[in-house]
Amino acid sequence: MLLIHCPYCGERPEIEFSYGGQAHRARPARPAELSDDEWAAYLYLRDNPRGLHAERWRHVRGCGRFFNALRDTITDRFAGTYKTGESAP
Amino acid sequence: MTAFRSAKGGRIDRARTLRFRFDGAAYEGLAGDTLASALLANGVHLVGRSFKYHRPRGIVTAGSEEPNALVTVRRDAARETPNLRATQVELYEGLEAYSQNRWPSLRFDLGRANDLLSPLFPVGFYYKTFMWPRAAWAALYEPLIRAAAGLGRAPTLPDPDRYAQCYAHCDVLVVGSGPAGLAAALTAADGGARVILCDEQPELGGSLLADPHSRIDGVAACDWLERTISALAQNPRVRLLPRTTAFGYFPHNAIGLNERLTDHLAEPQPGQLRERLWQVRAREVVLATGAIEQPLVFPGNDRPGIMLAGAVQTYLQRYGVRAGTRAVVVTAADGAYRAALDLQAAGVPIAAIADLRATSPGALPEAARRAGIETLTSMSVLGTRGSQRVSGIELMTADDRGRTGRRTLRCDLVLMSGGYTPSVHLFSQSRGKLQWSDAARAFVPASSAERERSAGACRGVYGLAATLADGAAAGAAAAKAAGHGAVAHHLEVTGDDAGADGSAPALPQASAGAGPKAFVDWQNDVTANDLELAAREGFRSIEHIKRYTTVGMATDQGKTSNLNALGIAAGRLGKLIPEVGLTTFRMPYTPVTFGSFAGVARGDLFDPVRTTPMHEWAEAANAVFEDVGLWKRARYFPRAGEDMHAAIARECLAVRSACGIFDASTLGKIAVVGPDAAEFLNRLYINNWSSLAVGRARYGILLRDDGFIYDDGVVARTAPDRFHVTTTTGGAARVLAMMEDYRQTEWPELEVWLTSTTEQWAVIAVQGPLARKVLEPLVAGIDISHAALPHMAVAHGSLCGMPMMLFRVSFSGELGYEINVPADCGRAAWEAIHAAGIAHGITPYGTETMHVLRAEKGYVIVGQDTDGTATPDDAGLAWAIGRNKPDFVGKRSLERAAMKDPHRKQLVGLRTRDPRTVLEEGAQLVETAGQQPPMKPLGHITSSYFSAALGHSIALAMVAGGRARQGQTLFVPMPAGEIAVEVTSPVFYDPQGTRLNV
Repeated sequence: MLLIHCPYCGERPEIEFSYGGQAHRARPARPAELSDDEWAAYLYLRDNPRGLHAERWRHVRGCGRFFNALRDTITDRFAGTYKTGESAP
Repeated sequence: MTAFRSAKGGRIDRARTLRFRFDGAAYEGLAGDTLASALLANGVHLVGRSFKYHRPRGIVTAGSEEPNALVTVRRDAARETPNLRATQVELYEGLEAYSQNRWPSLRFDLGRANDLLSPLFPVGFYYKTFMWPRAAWAALYEPLIRAAAGLGRAPTLPDPDRYAQCYAHCDVLVVGSGPAGLAAALTAADGGARVILCDEQPELGGSLLADPHSRIDGVAACDWLERTISALAQNPRVRLLPRTTAFGYFPHNAIGLNERLTDHLAEPQPGQLRERLWQVRAREVVLATGAIEQPLVFPGNDRPGIMLAGAVQTYLQRYGVRAGTRAVVVTAADGAYRAALDLQAAGVPIAAIADLRATSPGALPEAARRAGIETLTSMSVLGTRGSQRVSGIELMTADDRGRTGRRTLRCDLVLMSGGYTPSVHLFSQSRGKLQWSDAARAFVPASSAERERSAGACRGVYGLAATLADGAAAGAAAAKAAGHGAVAHHLEVTGDDAGADGSAPALPQASAGAGPKAFVDWQNDVTANDLELAAREGFRSIEHIKRYTTVGMATDQGKTSNLNALGIAAGRLGKLIPEVGLTTFRMPYTPVTFGSFAGVARGDLFDPVRTTPMHEWAEAANAVFEDVGLWKRARYFPRAGEDMHAAIARECLAVRSACGIFDASTLGKIAVVGPDAAEFLNRLYINNWSSLAVGRARYGILLRDDGFIYDDGVVARTAPDRFHVTTTTGGAARVLAMMEDYRQTEWPELEVWLTSTTEQWAVIAVQGPLARKVLEPLVAGIDISHAALPHMAVAHGSLCGMPMMLFRVSFSGELGYEINVPADCGRAAWEAIHAAGIAHGITPYGTETMHVLRAEKGYVIVGQDTDGTATPDDAGLAWAIGRNKPDFVGKRSLERAAMKDPHRKQLVGLRTRDPRTVLEEGAQLVETAGQQPPMKPLGHITSSYFSAALGHSIALAMVAGGRARQGQTLFVPMPAGEIAVEVTSPVFYDPQGTRLNV
């Protein structure tokens, strides 16, 4: 079970969190102006890196806040976590 | 005292005799025995039949790596534990154990025929042999194979024992309490670290428990052990956990421990905890899991009486048991000579030591020769003799000039040793990287993935002095890494002559062929020939060879077979062992009971149960409940003599003709509050909320951004900045999660707050033409006339003095109200309405009637009529879309061409020709009659009921291009014949909606 550092609460076990997928993917401001392909890319295409991955987590059974994390997909080690809106460390 | 018990020594209590039974026969053992040592002390070697060939099998090891001696231990009919390793079962007074996988008896087993027919059962035989006819696999072959092959049987009664689970944190977790683990724990604890030390055995000490020769710090090893354990036990920072197996290593230093508390007791107290599952989070981990002696692969190496040399040594030194009366030693490592010397000293003649190596120059072989034991080199084994116990061994000798000869030695005990290989299971589970070491002739830990270090034999460090030093160094480093100071003290060791022994992943000693079997994996009955065959048939990857032959896949996870299999595969493939690589080590290290994992989560505690404030009233009213998520919901209220259909028909007619009362408290409710609340909902829901006046409600639909329906519910505006959002019962949590996601991460600029109020409100639906008459006398502060409170209006007032939010809404198609009162008032409000309604024929109804009523009206249920691929238009709900909104979640997706395809599945109604025929939900629809498979389905039935109000069955379905098919006849192919149906509008009852607006 992963140990995850919530930027608001500190280290907590994985069962207190839910996973939120890839981070830093802002919803397009005017979806109507996008082509079908661009919209499909926003909806369905995600990075699947081998190594560091910026991803969203939510401390759903704690403070309820979303935050971002840099996790190594090979080792599951977290390089760090940071608040929504901040850029990756 | 039996003839096989040595005169002195060992850690058994010779004054305490324990009686036990094995396969019904009575035996005696001593306190401190395992079932295996007690059986050996009685001269019993035959303890089981092998998995596939039903060959007689004996005890091979003295520990958890035992592949053969699997037994069932029985306390009573419910407490019957199969597949326990006899080497780990502690003896207690009255213990009752049984052998497994034999019929009718262990000594005479008819399954033995499999062995004689073994040419018919090559590796993968079930893939090759039982192909045709196909139907026979499930009906005939598989049951037969499962009956013939196998392990013990699980008891069929519920487990009466208690199991607990707990969490623990520590600075340093030490796994294994042999010399390395003890030194690590001692050093770390001395440095101030909080330490947990666990060991799978009942006594801490590991190899020190069977070492009469060594002295540590000037005292005998056993005295040093006692002193050390006592020091650790008195240290408040140390927790000692014997009988505790570290079975799994999970990410971020979470380790699962299984502690067994009562299995060793003759009479556990009633209600006493049987097992405890520990979830330990350790800052640092020291693995001191030791090494496992590897067997040799030679023809006939599986007869009872053929044991690992180290195991024979352990039985002698720890349990005072001589495992035989005349022994032959076959070895590729020096350690076995120590066992031979000790065995000879205890009075067991050694016929010879046959060394597979060309020379044996070590100190121990030298000592053996000095002690007069015949030692032979460059030997190989041609075969063994005996039926249910080894009676002799046939060796091939070779002299200096390469001339070979045969020699047969009589014996009833064979010690074998292929050397030791580190137990790297937990290290490998932790995703640490292994590396082949030529020095240790084994895979050893190279780099850790966790905050972990291995110490002692589990990383190829052998010899007591080196092991203690390695453990102390690891303990000191771990304590330091956890923020404590620690110093590794030097421990002086004398008398240890075991030396450094790696393993030689053994090659088979006889050429492959139809001759006697040379076993690699005892538990899964995999032979050297099987591995050769797999290689001949083209398997190259060790992972494929493992799956094809099943080598290493038994409950022992290949502890004594993986390395030999690897050696054989590498030889056959012409590669070096490190090039072939290891298969994956999987948890659990040894089997863990389901009880331990389940803990208290069984029966009523299996899952949380949610009940509404009116639950007890419904119970008293004889309601039948159904589970909806975690909720218990009243499904229907049968009266005396009524079955479900009769009850539902009565409830439905009551709502249509008079008045019904329904508990809708489980609906999800979310308070959306703030200056930007309307804007927030505009962006999320498809509807237009800006135009919704205070005191009005609207049916809202929520999509995902892919355009498919996610949830629905009535949303009311109760103030300019306040919305009361309802969701489906099952969708409450995920809708709130989705809202929070957009609020926090997409639109943080919006001033809006979300609060789940599901459990704050009790909701009572009163539906039917007489609903207003029932409520009028109870309501204060609200004019509930049609003119003042029309359909989809909301108002605040009171009901019998209780604060109330009143919704004029209907999910039945009748005049309807939903009374929201604080949850605490729910029961009182319900009883007041029910009492007032009796004069008007008020009838409590459940979810089943609610479903029929809404289906008569064609109202969809998200998740039943939609399945995550339905757009609003598919479900006939496009009218709800706010036309002038520039955007909402899902809008862009609805513009895609595929989403506007007229052939998409659309919601329709279905009528059967026979009004009594109720279609099956989930059944498929096809266009023409008389189709044979493969058919082309047009869609499927999503809801189907008998409508008492209409007097015929009704169904909703999603059908390709369905709305354009109204009036067409389609067909529902069923096993009993196809059913013709007519496509209709989904609204069966009151299509004009006049009954709503009265």
